Amino acid sequence: MSRTDERGVLVDLGQERPPLPARARNLSPIVPRASIHGRALVAVVAIMTFLASMTTGTVLLVSASAAEWQSDVASEITIQVRPQTGRDLDRDTAAVTEAMRAQAGIVEVKPFTKDESGKLLEPWLGTGLSMDDLPVPRMIIARVQPGTPLDLGALRARVTQVAPSASVDDHRAWIERMRSMTNATVLAGLGILALVIIATIISVSFATRGAMAANRPIVEVLHFVGAGDRYIANRFLRHFLRLGLEGGVIGGGAAMLVFGFSESIAGWFSGTPVGDQFAALLGTFSLRPSGYVVLAVQAVLIGAITAVASRQTLFATLNDVD
Amino acid sequence: MVRFENVGLRYGLGPEVLRDLNFQIPAHSFQFLTGPSGAGKTSLLRLLFLSHRPTRGLVNLFGHDISQLGKDEIADLRKRIGIVLQDFRLLDHMTTYENVALPFRVMGRSESSYRKEVIDLLKWVGLGERMDALPPILSGGEKQRAAIARAVISRPQLLLADEPTGSVDPTLGRRLLRLFIELNKSGTAVIIATHDIALMDQYEARRFVLHQGRLHVYE
Repeated sequence: MSRTDERGVLVDLGQERPPLPARARNLSPIVPRASIHGRALVAVVAIMTFLASMTTGTVLLVSASAAEWQSDVASEITIQVRPQTGRDLDRDTAAVTEAMRAQAGIVEVKPFTKDESGKLLEPWLGTGLSMDDLPVPRMIIARVQPGTPLDLGALRARVTQVAPSASVDDHRAWIERMRSMTNATVLAGLGILALVIIATIISVSFATRGAMAANRPIVEVLHFVGAGDRYIANRFLRHFLRLGLEGGVIGGGAAMLVFGFSESIAGWFSGTPVGDQFAALLGTFSLRPSGYVVLAVQAVLIGAITAVASRQTLFATLNDVD
Repeated sequence: MVRFENVGLRYGLGPEVLRDLNFQIPAHSFQFLTGPSGAGKTSLLRLLFLSHRPTRGLVNLFGHDISQLGKDEIADLRKRIGIVLQDFRLLDHMTTYENVALPFRVMGRSESSYRKEVIDLLKWVGLGERMDALPPILSGGEKQRAAIARAVISRPQLLLADEPTGSVDPTLGRRLLRLFIELNKSGTAVIIATHDIALMDQYEARRFVLHQGRLHVYE
């Protein structure tokens, strides 16, 4: 067939129609970008990524704070010297302090005075109470050099030798409880994360099915012009990967903003009683740069999961179309 | 080029809509396919286009027994067939140019290698000034010509057209027939399914008449 100008046009449209500037370029994507189903998919992925990021961020915060508490507490030993009839509490406290200072691996020993011990009880007993009338034990805090193995049995024997009413607590039981609680929190977080990801995959599959149903005419036309399933699937996969990443960036970005904002709020309240209590419980409430990197990677991962889930649905749908 | 032997087609558990079809379509041939509504013209075109598989019999296309072909091989064979459907099936989000260029795009060819060819064909079918228009604003006749241009742009060996003049006036119908005849002269085997007796009377060609699922060939 010759398609030369001398053959003329098949249909003369006349001269009344002004010639259009012929852009005549392939500018449109094969799968249209904006559609209701596409927006729905972005919204689903954004919400799921936000929830997953909040879960991951919270788990990271709890783990980091728990690790901080554990390291603080594990490096301390508390000795309690109880008042005992017939013994001088001040002398016993001084003897224990000396014994502790002589112990290898102890870097700092801080005995609490009578007044300081009273202050510790103020939140419960109030102010203005005479401590002379109460059998208030004395506390001695010893800081252990990190990494030093300490023979707690020998230490205990030595302390009770100089002060029979003294007891030594290395907080082991408390640390164990803390570790269990942290592990449980991390496991619960991972469980929620798994549920969020499963829900994401299911939602994405349904959204993909909806989008494919809406784009069925495109699939049919592509078949008509000789496109194979792989070609069609790749076009849609690219489309869904972009939508997934878009949703991932929106959801992950929103979660990062929330954590950044919370960090700022914690900073504003720093120094106030509320802020101090909060800081004592959750540390600095800072995700640290590595936490933000984890959230970013997770957002990309959810975008990729969206694409993989879409791909599975795509091939199933293409089989139906055939 | 196409050989049907004892071909039958039924949908699900229903009765056979096509029965005992035996015919051949040689290369460079021209034929009309006609028959009353519901006789199975579109089903036969779909068999020829490989979008349906026969429930019995042998369909041999371009030397391949289609029952032995996988999905990818069928997709490759479809690249050698052009099809024009009654409802045009243009993609509304693409311009006329993009719709017509789609087969080349699917083949993975670079745009520079086919741009001139697409523009020339669009001018030839009278759509030179509608290249950047989207299908929703095209008239029925313009859509029809765009669909035909898309079907023939890759110079298929076999062209199937389902009621190609159904939505155009007789004058434009005659012009479209001229286009099919030109294509046929350039080497494409053409099958036009139509109800339009007047159209068939304009050109001496083999007629396939479908009646109650059976095919009668009039040379």
